[in-house]
Amino acid sequence: MPLSKAVADRLTAIVGEQSVLTKPEDIIPYSFDGTAALRQMPSAVVFPHTTEDVSRCVTFAAAQSIPIVTRGSGTGLSGGSVPTDGSVVLCLVQMNKILEIDPKNLVLRTQPGVTTLSIDDAASRHGLFYPPDPGSMRISSIGGNVAENSGGLRGLKYGVTRDYVMALEVVLPDGRIARFGSACVKDVAGYSMKDLFIGSEGSLGIITEILLKLVPRPMARQTMLALYDRIEDAAETVSAIIAARIIPCTLEFLDQMTATCVEEFAQVGLPTDCAAVLLMETDGHPAAVADEAAQMTAIAREKGARDVRLAKNEAEALALAAARRNAFSALARRRPTTILEDFTVPRSELARMVTFIAETARTANLQIGTFGHMGDGNLHPTFLTDERDQDEMARVHHALDLIARKTVELGGTITGEHGVGLAKKEWLRQQMGDASFDVMKQIKRALDPSGILNPGKIFD
Amino acid sequence: MAGATLRTIDYAVLQQCMHCGMCLPTCPTYDQTKHERNSPRGRIALMRAVADGVLDVTHEFAEEMSYCLGCLACQTACPAGVNYAELFETARSDIEQQNAHGGAARKFWRTLTLGFLFMRPGALRFAGRAVALYQRSGLEALARRTGVIRLLPPALRRLEPQTPRVATKFSDSLIRPRETPSGPTRYRVALLTGCVQDLVFPDVNRDTADVLLANGCSVDTPPVQPCCGSLHAHNGDVERARVLARRMIELFPPDRYDAIITNAGGCGSHLRRYAPLLRDDREYYDRATVWDRKVRDIQEWLIEIGCRPPEASPFNEPTTVTYHESCHLVHGQKISREPRALLRLLPGVSLVELAESTWCCGSAGIYAITQPEQAERLLGRKSANIVGTGASWVATANPGCHLQIARGLSAADARIQVAHPVSLVARAYRREHG
Repeated sequence: MPLSKAVADRLTAIVGEQSVLTKPEDIIPYSFDGTAALRQMPSAVVFPHTTEDVSRCVTFAAAQSIPIVTRGSGTGLSGGSVPTDGSVVLCLVQMNKILEIDPKNLVLRTQPGVTTLSIDDAASRHGLFYPPDPGSMRISSIGGNVAENSGGLRGLKYGVTRDYVMALEVVLPDGRIARFGSACVKDVAGYSMKDLFIGSEGSLGIITEILLKLVPRPMARQTMLALYDRIEDAAETVSAIIAARIIPCTLEFLDQMTATCVEEFAQVGLPTDCAAVLLMETDGHPAAVADEAAQMTAIAREKGARDVRLAKNEAEALALAAARRNAFSALARRRPTTILEDFTVPRSELARMVTFIAETARTANLQIGTFGHMGDGNLHPTFLTDERDQDEMARVHHALDLIARKTVELGGTITGEHGVGLAKKEWLRQQMGDASFDVMKQIKRALDPSGILNPGKIFD
Repeated sequence: MAGATLRTIDYAVLQQCMHCGMCLPTCPTYDQTKHERNSPRGRIALMRAVADGVLDVTHEFAEEMSYCLGCLACQTACPAGVNYAELFETARSDIEQQNAHGGAARKFWRTLTLGFLFMRPGALRFAGRAVALYQRSGLEALARRTGVIRLLPPALRRLEPQTPRVATKFSDSLIRPRETPSGPTRYRVALLTGCVQDLVFPDVNRDTADVLLANGCSVDTPPVQPCCGSLHAHNGDVERARVLARRMIELFPPDRYDAIITNAGGCGSHLRRYAPLLRDDREYYDRATVWDRKVRDIQEWLIEIGCRPPEASPFNEPTTVTYHESCHLVHGQKISREPRALLRLLPGVSLVELAESTWCCGSAGIYAITQPEQAERLLGRKSANIVGTGASWVATANPGCHLQIARGLSAADARIQVAHPVSLVARAYRREHG
């Protein structure tokens, strides 16, 4: 649905001519995010430069009942920033300044359009560390990370985005500008409102400024690769490491298909002939790192690893982690359409879940590559398929439904770090139960009664 | 036979892009505007819209494909293995077939260059001699002094000072059709002299021949060689690119050589893909397949055969050199390690890394002509990075980059010299005997 000239003129008056896009050639590339098979043209794309720009756009849109879909770099994996019909996309990539870094208080204040990697680079110049590292960290925006509560490879030891957000500035659905949280380590004044907005997927407010907590940068790290002939042995290694009171920063799992695709792209020496690869990393004080690396190696061998390799240097370690971050996209080499899932189960149920996924793929005659953050119980079974093949897509959907139900049955969650967006909507009520699902909808209605922010996402 | 179009190519090539966005941080035009249409996945989305019949091949579409540098940095970054080069060339071919750029002047210059000059090596050299005469006879100075220059159309007037200094002798005067090493012949190779390389840097061709000879290669260099067709393919003229590919294969029967050597990154990237270009040509396809296997960048070839380390330094005193990667060498051919390995062989030379060494310098074929503003921005960024290394020489292996960077450094008043890595090796060999 094209935008009326009057509306376009008003938006242009707020953000300037260069910052409103309406031509088809300009807006077709905003019809999608990183999620497969979801596509919808917006009616316009607007680039605000300040919080006030955002507030004015929202106030105007609310008065006109124009839906707004907030977007950063568009790397989301649940369709969270895919436009809805007739919506205006508010793209925050030009709000891309780090406003302040305060090494005394270990905090960093930033606009939402800064990339995740730039945040950690800035921290690292002060010997500090911003640990959350989603696969797309080179381009994903920090605002998008907060809105989706993104995870990453280091979740096991360092947690996820939520654990680093101290305060937020948010434009509410009526255009008011609100601030939640503070720079204080302890702060129990009122409800923890910032936590409501973290992971709210652009449905409750638009995050325009973020105060992040930083931690000291670890002095040393060691990266290891353990190779297995049986997936179960990899899962048991993970359980045994945790049982041995070791919390490594990374315990990543790749099945054979994933390892092969990643190796084809990155050529970092990943084996392509074993059933499972564990990418393990420990970091911290050099003595502790050496000790934990030795223990983890011993445990992996004891649990049946065919071989355990240690990264020789920092460059090799970085190359391995970077290669793993590309796993999802590398899997796209096999088939035209790549549908990525994000099921998470309690760690004790991992082996059962992995086996169930493999069986489901076999029964439904589907190709699934599985990788994931095994230390977190977070798996990414990835369906390699073709959206033009309706019969196969129907089987994919059926398999997804089976795996989702199994996840819930095992006490898990349908999404560990990608969000619900459009992709996981149909299973949310089932997982949450009626009461908690309804509370969520009540909160949405209370804050956004006319439903202009990211309508149709998370729930209808 | 009609050229390829977005509606007729294999749809799976378009579908290969799963729009994950990993290409965005490596794209110089997206970096500039932060608009998706100026990014690889945005452009692919537009191409897919054309293929789906949702979008026509509009003037805006043509403008966008012209704004793309074709640097292929996205192809290196793409984990999904999207063949952006094929998509990009198909889009440009589509644009030309539908005349979406429009404009009589553009058409005139296009026909003059792609249709005439770069189809006839004799005409190109004749034009080169005319420019050399203009530059050296005093006519250039006169034209600039008297303001006759102002009679040129604005686009040409802006370019006139950028015209490279054309050499007075071209490769055919510097290299005999067959030269053999003084010692035993280990390999038999063909040397491609290129177009810009031949007119502006024929000495790089001489240096290439010298280094090959010093490493036991007999070198065939026919005095008259066709253009390889890369300019045509990159600019949407696939049919002429095919004609030129066939002429090259005729001139250099690939089974006669151990390697077919090119020293220009931009040419090499195209030269290695004759088989896909001629995939529907029953007569030539098999030879094109052999050809593709035999094409080597000079630096790649030297490392492959074990280049003899020079005993002398190319310089009188210890010298710091940095290396800028030609896009079509690093992204188009994945050659990145070999030039550095060659430079490390040089006594008295220390190699320092260049920040953003794989970021395009803005030369990009005829990009500096079609998109002068963006080209200047990229050149400024590149020059600053080079100055930042503190090196006194910058090595690069593509004539377009060479010209562009030399211009940028001189505009920045930096006393940094530019050379092809192989020229530094040749210089070192020459100094071995005093």
